[in-house]
Amino acid sequence: MTKSDLIQKIADRNPHLYLRDIEKIVNTIFDEITDALADGNRVELRGFGAFSVKHRDARIGRNPRTGESVQVEAKSMPFFKTGKALRERLNGEDA
Amino acid sequence: MSEQTITRADLADALYHELGLSRNESAELVDSVFEEISDALAEGDNVKISSFGSFTLREKKERIGRNPKTGVEVPISPRTVLVFRASHILKERMNEN
Repeated sequence: MTKSDLIQKIADRNPHLYLRDIEKIVNTIFDEITDALADGNRVELRGFGAFSVKHRDARIGRNPRTGESVQVEAKSMPFFKTGKALRERLNGEDA
Repeated sequence: MSEQTITRADLADALYHELGLSRNESAELVDSVFEEISDALAEGDNVKISSFGSFTLREKKERIGRNPKTGVEVPISPRTVLVFRASHILKERMNEN
């Protein structure tokens, strides 16, 4: 499923809304999550899952092909933990 | 700035403020977005949200685990796990200081 498929599904459930408004709704939701993570905040969507930020320290990496050392900068990475209800659903348990 | 937790209510609030939808409808739309994504995943479909990231299903085979406290070996049943991969746009946004 792509973002356009998702927008179409929401549109099917909401015939009173314009498609361009649904696009804006879906984009706003993912922009808000992106902004929160960019600010170092956590996003918790009960039943679905939680996005958090993990920090990786700067380190000396190595090019595995040439063995050359390279400086890898410190960075923040998003991390997603699947929520209980979704995890159970994916494994055929009643949620 | 101290760390905050953003919830469904905050996302609904953003729809209410930015799109002028009612609070009720905003909350329902937030729920329906994550419901549709969950439904697709439950049907075995991977979900790709461009410029955000993708949710990919992985099938794990049975393996032997160990209770770290007691050291007792127990079989871990085969299961489906969900992996999120952030798009390069999201990763860049998180590292632009």
